[in-house]
Amino acid sequence: MAARTLTINGTLISARSNETVLEAAREAGISIPTLCHLDGLSEVGACRLCLVEIAGSAKLQPACHTTVTEGMEVQTDTPRLKAHRRAIVELLFAERNHICAVCVASGHCELQQLAVEVGMSHVRYEYLSPDCSVDISHARFGIDHNRCVLCTRCVRACDEVEGVHTWDIAGRGTNARLITDLNVPWGEATSCTSCGKCLLACPTGAIFSRGSTVAELERDASRIATIVAARNERW
Amino acid sequence: MNRLKLATVWLGGCSGCHMSLLDLDEWLIDLAAHVELVYSPIADQKTFPEGVDLALVEGAIANEEHLELIQDVRERSRMVIALGDCAVTGNVTALRNPLGEARSILQQVYIEHGDPRGILPSTPGIVPILLDQVVPIHMIIPVDLFLAGCPPSGPRIRAVLEALLAGTPPELAGGFG
Repeated sequence: MAARTLTINGTLISARSNETVLEAAREAGISIPTLCHLDGLSEVGACRLCLVEIAGSAKLQPACHTTVTEGMEVQTDTPRLKAHRRAIVELLFAERNHICAVCVASGHCELQQLAVEVGMSHVRYEYLSPDCSVDISHARFGIDHNRCVLCTRCVRACDEVEGVHTWDIAGRGTNARLITDLNVPWGEATSCTSCGKCLLACPTGAIFSRGSTVAELERDASRIATIVAARNERW
Repeated sequence: MNRLKLATVWLGGCSGCHMSLLDLDEWLIDLAAHVELVYSPIADQKTFPEGVDLALVEGAIANEEHLELIQDVRERSRMVIALGDCAVTGNVTALRNPLGEARSILQQVYIEHGDPRGILPSTPGIVPILLDQVVPIHMIIPVDLFLAGCPPSGPRIRAVLEALLAGTPPELAGGFG
């Protein structure tokens, strides 16, 4: 595999030619915030948190979906990017009802942690306070739409790793909602194998194991990458 | 010695943030050497005084009394700190927002789910009228500092107060829940 030489935040690094800017940055020890990215799953570039500046391009590019090129000059942490990231996290908080104090994932939540990382002291936008449902028709798991950020990690884990595609998204914009099968209650979704990969992949308290209460939901999302690696390398 | 005039305010919240403040135990005695508590739920003072240096505000804006009081707090205080998640985000106090306007909430709570079936509370001039939507305080007045947490821990409150007393900027980002 050919090597590419590029700079990230002024530091010269080398990467394999098929690597993304995100992968190259992480290998070089440079952290870029992400939310919809999960190791082991395909990239959708949906959350825009990993946007970076690339010299010669007026548009910001998602690091997870941009392949490295020779001589590329990348900036990951400029004041402009920081302002955008903070605004994105604030908008996520404003769009649904993320009440950390009464959430199963509190203390183990990627969104809650992102708020700290991007320096979100408060939300400057008006809260939409949508009326969202909670579906606990499944015997083992529940889905709380109040906490969903539409990252589609559950959709991709179910489709790409379990090979089922029980999950998808219906509707558009602020009306978009996760659905199971053809928008039936999760407990009636006959395609679901109850494998729990969606639960592992979820970054917030949206998908939870039934019976867990405030701050009790601990998961290890890296197990998705472990499963994928085990298959690819025939462990 | 000219002590800092400190006020603490309790709006739409559970008083947990005040409990957290009281959790500072004997440090409160050290604090008392530097501040004069001029208004608080734990002080006998009915109206919000003039010339306050620092106001710690717990709770969201949930009714007409809060709406009125927070204006006085802003006008009469040099610095206003949103103390805890209800003041910063609306938090648990704002859980009723998706359920609709105040009349609909009262109907659901007192009539539909009331056991025994109750009546809608109506005591003009005594119990304040609920607002249709609960909002964090920065939606009504400019806020100088945000100290999140449900509640913010005693040591976090102490760190902020110590930084302010020393005239240095406190560390505040995040910490929701």
